Amino acid sequence: MNPLIENQKKDFMRIEAEDVCVDYNGTVALYDATLNLKSGSICGLVGMNGAGKSTFFKALMGFVRPSRGKIRINGLTVSKAQSEQAVAYVPQNEGIDCSFPVSVWDVVMMGRYGSMNLLRIPRESDRRAVWHALERVDLIDFRTRPVSDLSGGQRKRAFLARAIAQRSSVLLLDEPFSGVDVPTEKLMAELFLQFRQEGRTILISTHDLNHVRNFCDLVVLINKTVLAYGKTSEIFTSENLSMTFGGIPPNPLSGPTSSEEFME
Amino acid sequence: MALSPIDLIVDPLSYEFMRRALMVSALVGGVCGLLSCYMTLKGWALMGDAVSHAVMPGVVVAYALGLPFSLGAFVFGVGSVALIGFVKQKSRIKEDTVIGLVFTGFFALGLVLVSKIKSNIDLMHILFGSPLGISQSDVTQTLIISFIVVMVLIVFRRDLMLYCFDATHARSIGINTGMLHYLLLTLLSLSAVVGLQTVGIILVVAMLITPGATAYLLTDRFDRMTLLAVLSSAISSILGVYISYWSDIETGGSIVLVQTFIFLLAFLFAPRYGIIKNTQFSK
Repeated sequence: MNPLIENQKKDFMRIEAEDVCVDYNGTVALYDATLNLKSGSICGLVGMNGAGKSTFFKALMGFVRPSRGKIRINGLTVSKAQSEQAVAYVPQNEGIDCSFPVSVWDVVMMGRYGSMNLLRIPRESDRRAVWHALERVDLIDFRTRPVSDLSGGQRKRAFLARAIAQRSSVLLLDEPFSGVDVPTEKLMAELFLQFRQEGRTILISTHDLNHVRNFCDLVVLINKTVLAYGKTSEIFTSENLSMTFGGIPPNPLSGPTSSEEFME
Repeated sequence: MALSPIDLIVDPLSYEFMRRALMVSALVGGVCGLLSCYMTLKGWALMGDAVSHAVMPGVVVAYALGLPFSLGAFVFGVGSVALIGFVKQKSRIKEDTVIGLVFTGFFALGLVLVSKIKSNIDLMHILFGSPLGISQSDVTQTLIISFIVVMVLIVFRRDLMLYCFDATHARSIGINTGMLHYLLLTLLSLSAVVGLQTVGIILVVAMLITPGATAYLLTDRFDRMTLLAVLSSAISSILGVYISYWSDIETGGSIVLVQTFIFLLAFLFAPRYGIIKNTQFSK
């Protein structure tokens, strides 16, 4: 059987972001963001709306090109990592039109598209991967059901199964705990531990601090840049949190000089 | 003179123009029906309306220059889409406003051109279609364009479905979503071109959304949805042409009315999403 993911080495550098700056037509969304994540880590990405969480995700997925700095995923450039299916994005439930006429099986099969030929005709190995992924999220009995039939928690599990089927080593999760029932939350906790064991790296974008405490080994606080980064227990100080949520952010428009001063 | 049901069906087939009209209308219905699934799921009804109206000046210019009218229509269809994208990007105006603005502008240009260019263009044919008077060269054009659209839709079936469902995922696994966006818009222009021959510019948007909307009420499976849309659309076209022949009514209007009627049936009686079923539930 195929390995679950490529390169399961422990202590392997999965995500390396170095001084990443992203701007949209002159408006700075993220500057000097530096973050290194090893294989087998679960990291919360915490910040307000507009703090640059989704911009950081976009940079990791190759949707935006940093104006400065560099990103490596599994030691590869973002586009190379993308062609190796290294990064999977698990969307917010709200971001998807779940009245779309597709079955749970179809949704999970979409995780295999990147490894298929142009016509996206599934091979036996693709079907096995989908079956296996559905088993892991406990949705195998729901495989023929349309996604519109599922609860919020079940939908979340279907999209997690898609990421599993994709065999990606990096998972980007966008607000994974919103609209999720208790059984799904328990299943997600177990899955995340398994993912860590398998050497996957999970980055969870959220502003739900309680879930970060319960689920994440590491946390990154961001507000246009990385404010603090490290073990969750050490980083979650009231000072850091007020800087992230209540504090006045540095003015990124005044250029890199001021942000360097701020970091000092 | 009483006609048996068989006569009702067979009688018109003795005319060459009716055989042609039925064949072309069914084909066009099928092609537009297939595309309509993507239009309704992507939420592009207004875009369909825009592109189909915007092809008007292209048709007029092509006729005047003696070029295949599909060429002119295609150029203006794609041109309108590009212009909509450009104006939206370069100004603060919201997309639906830009769409409305651009397509009415193009449509007005078409009307003015018709009145200014002295030729044998029949405005009524462009606006309302004339499947009963379709020429052999128009049939050939329709066949070629339909073949292209269907082949592209078959090859990119899965990718386009994924693009409509979850474009972020599509992009994150390396699928070129920008290309798919323009591919879908190109297919829309081409389908509008073939659709306007049977129902005309004003009603072609119905061909591009009604079958998809009907099928969407009837199933939760994408493949079944495409099949149902194609079938309901082709059947509407055939029925519409027959009804138009026997009761001497305008053909384009007849086809679209049949489509609307089938939609109403689905709206009322769809096994899962019909309002009758849902009303019983709430009692």
